[in-house]
Amino acid sequence: MTPYDVSDDVIEVIRSPAASPVAGAYRAFGETLRGLKTTFVRILEGPTTIQYPEEKTPVYPRFRGRHRLHRFEDTGLEKCVGCSLCAAACPADCIRVVAAENTPENRVSAGERYAAVYEINLSRCIFCGYCEVACPFDAITMGHDYEMSDYTRSDLIFTKEMLLAEPIERTPLRREGE
Amino acid sequence: MLTLADVNYFEPWWVQIIKALVIFAVVFAILPILIVYERKLLGRFQARYGPNRVGPFGLLQPMAEIVKFAMKEPFRTATSVAVLFRVAPAISIITAVGALAIIPWGDVQHIFGQEVGLYGIDVSIGPLYVFALGGISFYGIMLGGWSSGSKYSFLGSMRGAAQLISYEVSQSLSIVGVIITAQTLSLTGIVHAQEGMWYFIPQFAGFLVFLVASFAETNRAPFDLIEADAELVGGYFTEYGGTPFVAYLFAEYANMIVVSAIAVTLFFGGWLLPFGIHPPGWVDPFVVLAKILLVFTFFVWIRATLPRLRYDQLMSFGWKILLPLATLNLLVTAILVAT
Repeated sequence: MTPYDVSDDVIEVIRSPAASPVAGAYRAFGETLRGLKTTFVRILEGPTTIQYPEEKTPVYPRFRGRHRLHRFEDTGLEKCVGCSLCAAACPADCIRVVAAENTPENRVSAGERYAAVYEINLSRCIFCGYCEVACPFDAITMGHDYEMSDYTRSDLIFTKEMLLAEPIERTPLRREGE
Repeated sequence: MLTLADVNYFEPWWVQIIKALVIFAVVFAILPILIVYERKLLGRFQARYGPNRVGPFGLLQPMAEIVKFAMKEPFRTATSVAVLFRVAPAISIITAVGALAIIPWGDVQHIFGQEVGLYGIDVSIGPLYVFALGGISFYGIMLGGWSSGSKYSFLGSMRGAAQLISYEVSQSLSIVGVIITAQTLSLTGIVHAQEGMWYFIPQFAGFLVFLVASFAETNRAPFDLIEADAELVGGYFTEYGGTPFVAYLFAEYANMIVVSAIAVTLFFGGWLLPFGIHPPGWVDPFVVLAKILLVFTFFVWIRATLPRLRYDQLMSFGWKILLPLATLNLLVTAILVAT
């Protein structure tokens, strides 16, 4: 004996009447031709593939790629004053800042202090952009590079010199309306 | 009245050997090209490029893959049957290559003062020979799947057995119409009989049935339930790797060449060209090759379009639609020819 009567739970699905074999075959043939047309149109349209290492997907201006540190264009001094707000804001805890005092003979940044050590561990970075938001001097921004693969983890720790260096423009920017 | 093939000339033994070698070499040179052609065409059908990295336009892709396969370690499962496991791919490829012998690539030519027919051999049983080899090639699949000792392989080969048997019937019946129209079983004779009109016009129903049954015979999409990568991993060659796997792959493509060539011979006038164009004899093989390539392109087109059928759909389609259609076609043709 079954625990409960199944028949009440069975709901008859409403279907259209089954086609006769001839009508079914005719319909299948017609639909096949329609499918052939669909695939043939794909040939005429041509491939939509982006040949990646040679061509790259253009990124939007606000794309959050690898970080960049900035200098003042007129004086050449670093914008970063070593306040560590970015490190405090970082949810992944991947920024390490060690600040040092500017002296008259060794003036690195525009403020009182400068970042003696500024490292971003890109293997931990989640590219959230909070560091950019936290920075009071716009010293750190998110760049457009997304090709950051490397062979060792230690190579993924970017130092201040690497972040300050002008990046090789490898990533095309998406144009207006693209 | 059925006439037997008219072999009224004598070919010395060395011509036979050279012909066999040339046909074998040409077809095996074409196979890798067909494989890369199919993959590139399939890519275009799916709005992508397909292989284009190895060599110019990706043409060396099959070479790279063959080298890769050849360097793999030959292994087999512990439950497999050793001898059959090795013999099965060989059966597959031998039957596929064997069928190449009777494909007519051209008419009888005069080369070196000899009469040389541009085909392996013109037998008086033509299509029957192809079907006989097709029947044996099923052993390659069945034994390969069974001797692997794996349930996926076994399921694949069981499906293959049922599918090949049911579709071979329709395939054979569909070309009987051609045979009784041409009144000969010799493939060259059938081509000569098409000088007025290619048979795919009067035998259109037969042609459709033959085409569909050919997809099933060569285990191509949408009838590739034998391989069915989605549910059976790889079907009968799941456990194969390295060169035996390449043997199965080549057998599949050789079978496609054979089936395309048979379709060209029976329905598209073999080496004949339409509109009364009569090129010199040496053009014939190229005409046949071009036609084979067109049929092959259609195979790929279908593969890019249709999804795989369910197993019961496959069976009911074969027995309930194709077989009656082929029988009806045969009946109508027989009545028309007799009157």
